[in-house]
Amino acid sequence: MNKTITLAHGNGGEENSELISKVFYKAFKNEILEKSEDAAIVHNEELAFSTDSFTVSPLFFAGADIGKLAVCGTCNDLAMMGAKPKYLTCSVIIEEGFELRELERIVRSMKKELEINGAIVVGGDTKVVPRGSIDKIFINTTGIGKVLKKGISSNNISKDDIIIVNRDIGAHGAAIFVAREGIEMSSSLQSDCESLFPQVKALLDANIKITAMRDATRGGVSAVLNEWAKQSNVCIEVEEESIPISNEVKGICEMLGFEATALANEGTFVLAVNHEDAPRAVEILKGFESCSRATIIGKVTDIHPKKVILNSSWGTKRFLDTPSGELLPRIC
Amino acid sequence: MKQLELKNLYDDFRDATTIKAYAKIINEDAAKLKNPINIMEVCGGHTHTIMKYGLPQLLPSNIKFIHGPGCPVCIMPKERIDHAYVLSMTEDVILVTLGDMIKVPGSNGSLQDARSKGADVRFVYSPLECLKIANDNLTKKIIFFAIGFETTTPMTAALLDAVIKKNIKNIYFHINHVTVPEVMRELIDSRDIHVDSYNNKIDAFLGPSHVSVISGSKIYEEFARDYNRPVVVSGFEPVDVMQAISMIVKQFIEGRCELEIEYKRLVTYEGNLKAQELIERYFDKRDLFKWRGLGNIPKSGLKLKPEFKEYDAEVIYKETLPIGEIEDHKLCICGDILRGIANPPECTIFATACKPTSPIGSCMVSSEGACAAYYKYGNLV
Amino acid sequence: MCLSIPSKVVKIDKQNEVATVDTMGVQREASLALVGEEDIKIGDYVLLHIGFVMNKIDESEALLSLEAFEKIIEIIEEEEPL
Repeated sequence: MNKTITLAHGNGGEENSELISKVFYKAFKNEILEKSEDAAIVHNEELAFSTDSFTVSPLFFAGADIGKLAVCGTCNDLAMMGAKPKYLTCSVIIEEGFELRELERIVRSMKKELEINGAIVVGGDTKVVPRGSIDKIFINTTGIGKVLKKGISSNNISKDDIIIVNRDIGAHGAAIFVAREGIEMSSSLQSDCESLFPQVKALLDANIKITAMRDATRGGVSAVLNEWAKQSNVCIEVEEESIPISNEVKGICEMLGFEATALANEGTFVLAVNHEDAPRAVEILKGFESCSRATIIGKVTDIHPKKVILNSSWGTKRFLDTPSGELLPRIC
Repeated sequence: MKQLELKNLYDDFRDATTIKAYAKIINEDAAKLKNPINIMEVCGGHTHTIMKYGLPQLLPSNIKFIHGPGCPVCIMPKERIDHAYVLSMTEDVILVTLGDMIKVPGSNGSLQDARSKGADVRFVYSPLECLKIANDNLTKKIIFFAIGFETTTPMTAALLDAVIKKNIKNIYFHINHVTVPEVMRELIDSRDIHVDSYNNKIDAFLGPSHVSVISGSKIYEEFARDYNRPVVVSGFEPVDVMQAISMIVKQFIEGRCELEIEYKRLVTYEGNLKAQELIERYFDKRDLFKWRGLGNIPKSGLKLKPEFKEYDAEVIYKETLPIGEIEDHKLCICGDILRGIANPPECTIFATACKPTSPIGSCMVSSEGACAAYYKYGNLV
Repeated sequence: MCLSIPSKVVKIDKQNEVATVDTMGVQREASLALVGEEDIKIGDYVLLHIGFVMNKIDESEALLSLEAFEKIIEIIEEEEPL
C-alpha cells in the first residue's frame, strides 16, 4: 500500500477494500465487522445498524441532491439487510460561507426521503469549519433498523441462487460525471437515487426466499458481484447481454470509455434469490415505476471460485474484475 | 439502399451472429495455411477490443496475436514522466494531461502522487479544456503534457493554434507525441535479427484505426512493399477486427502481400489533409525519442518548431527539468512485451507485485496496456 | 489514442467553428478545427475524439459493410445455423 492516501482509496473498489482491511479491520477486529455486510446485524439479530458519509460534488444534480442521497444511502444499507429503517442521526460539517438557502433545500430533500422510508431523525451534530477546509458541505447519517427477515447475508450465497438486478445500471455514476465541471454534455440522464425499502418490503411480504441483497454504490455492480463471489466463495456467471443499461448511460460509457458495471448506483441493487422464486421476484420488482427493466442476470456456479465471469453472446468468456483506480476517462 | 442509423454504427459492428460467421470463415480458411501466422495489432485500442471480446478464443491455434506498442501511455519513459512530475510540483503551475497518464509511476511517483502531495494536476477529456482552465486561473501557468500517436497530435496542434489566435499568454506545452510507422519498422528490424522460429516473427499487421483516419493508409505502404508484411487497416469494433483477420488470412492463402483497408467507412489512402497540415505547421520530428522498453527510435517523436519556443515548456523550464537516463525496474519486462516477444503472464511479477493498483511497468498502468488487458480480461483467453 | 466514437451532427455554429453532436442521447460540443466546414452538414455521422470531429463517416461505405455482413451470414447459415 502507498504511504499516503490517494483518491483511489475512496473508490469503493480494490484499493478501498485494501485500506479498510489493512487499517480499520486490523485495529477494530471483531466478528460482526468482519462479516462486511451493508449494515451490521446486532442485538440478537433484531437490529441493523449502519453509517455513511456523503461528499458528492456537485451538491445538486439531475434526479437528486446530497440530502436525498444522505437519507437513501443509509436507509438503503439497512433495507439491504432486510431491515425497516427506523431512526437516523444526521451530522453535518459545513464550510464557512455556505448559503443558508441551499442548506434548507438540502434538509427539505432529506425530510421528503425520510417519509418514504418511514424513518425519523432523532439526533445529530453541526460543525462549521473555516472557508477552504472542506468542499461546501459533508453529511454523515447513521441509522438503526428493525430486522424483518433474519439470515440475509452476503456470506450465504450458493448454487441454488439466481442473481437479479432491479433496474438498469450505472445511471448515478454517469449522471455525476455529466454534472461535474469539465465534462459538458446535455442529456436526459438522471441519477437513479431512490429509497429501496418499498421494493424490499414488497419482496419480503411476498415471502421471496432472499439469500442476499446489496445496493451497487461505489464500484458498481461489478464490485458487488466480486464481493459476493469472495465472501461466499462461489463463482458468479453473468450473461453479458442480459445486463440492462439505458441508451443514455451507454452513450456516456462510449464517450468516456467506462464500463457501466463499474459505475456507482444509488437506487440499484443486486439480489441473490433462491432459483424457485427468481421469476416471481422479477415480476414484483417490475411493479415499481423505476424497475421496468428488472431482470435475471446470472447464476452461481463453482468453475472459478471467488471470481465473476462474463459470458458473451458469441461464445467467449472473460473475468469481470473489481474496478480499481480512480474512474478516469479512457483515452485510447 | 436502407437508411443508416447511428445505432447501426455501434450494434451492427458488435453483432454476435456476424462475429460467429467470421469466426467460422477464418477457421475454415486457416486450415489451408501453409504456416502458422502471427498478427501484430499495433494499436492499444485493438489489444483492448481483442481481449475484451475474447477474440483469441474464437481463432484457430495457427493464428496468434502479438500485442504491439500502440499505447502512448505505456511507451512513455520514466524520464518524461519525471519531467511532468517536476513541472507539476513547480509553483504556480497547473499540469494538465489526458486520463491514464496520471497513474504512470516515475522515479518519484506518479502525477496522482504529486497531486496527493499538493500539486495541481488535472486530467481532461479534451485538450481544449485548457482554454477554460487558463482563463479561470490567469495568474497560473497551464502546462499541457501532450501524449498520443497521430490520432491525438492534431488536437494538440489545434489547441496551440487557438492559443496563438486568441493571444493567450499562460498556456504551455510539453510535447511527447510519437508516430507509428517508425516503431513498426523498428520492431520488424530488431526482431528479424533475433528471429529463429515462427513463434517470434511478425507476419502481418492489423493497422491502427484512428491513427489511419488522420494519416491515411499511405503510411503503411512500405510494410507490404519492402518488408513483405500484409497490412490490413482495421476498425475498432469486434466485427471489424474479425473481418480484418479474415482479409489477412485470405492474403496468405492467395499468396498476396498488400495494403488493404477494412475500415473503409473512415479510412482513405490520403487521410485527413487538414489535420496533417496542422501537424506540419507546428511540429518537427525529433532525431531520437526514447520509447520505454524499446530504446531510442529515430524520427519517432515530435517537438514544437523552434519558432514556437515561447510555448515550449521543455525550453522554458530547461534548467529545472531532470536529465539523465533512468533504468526500468529489473524485473519489469515491459520492453519485451511492447516488442511482442513476451506475453504478460510470462513476467515474473505479473499480477503479483505488478497490478493495476500498484503498477511497476506502464503496460499495467494504462487500460490499453497488454498487461492491464490480460489482468482484467485475461486468464480465460 | 484511439477512443473515438461515431456521433450524429445536430447543430453547427460556423462562427465559433463548433458542432453539437449526439451520441445515443448524450449531446456535446465538438470542435470543427480538423475538418473543413463545407464538408460537414447537419445529419452527418462523424467520428468524435477528445472533443474534436475527426472525420466524416462515409455512409455508403458503412452500408456496403453491413450488406457484406448480411451476405456472409446467409452463406454460412446455409451450411449450418450459427
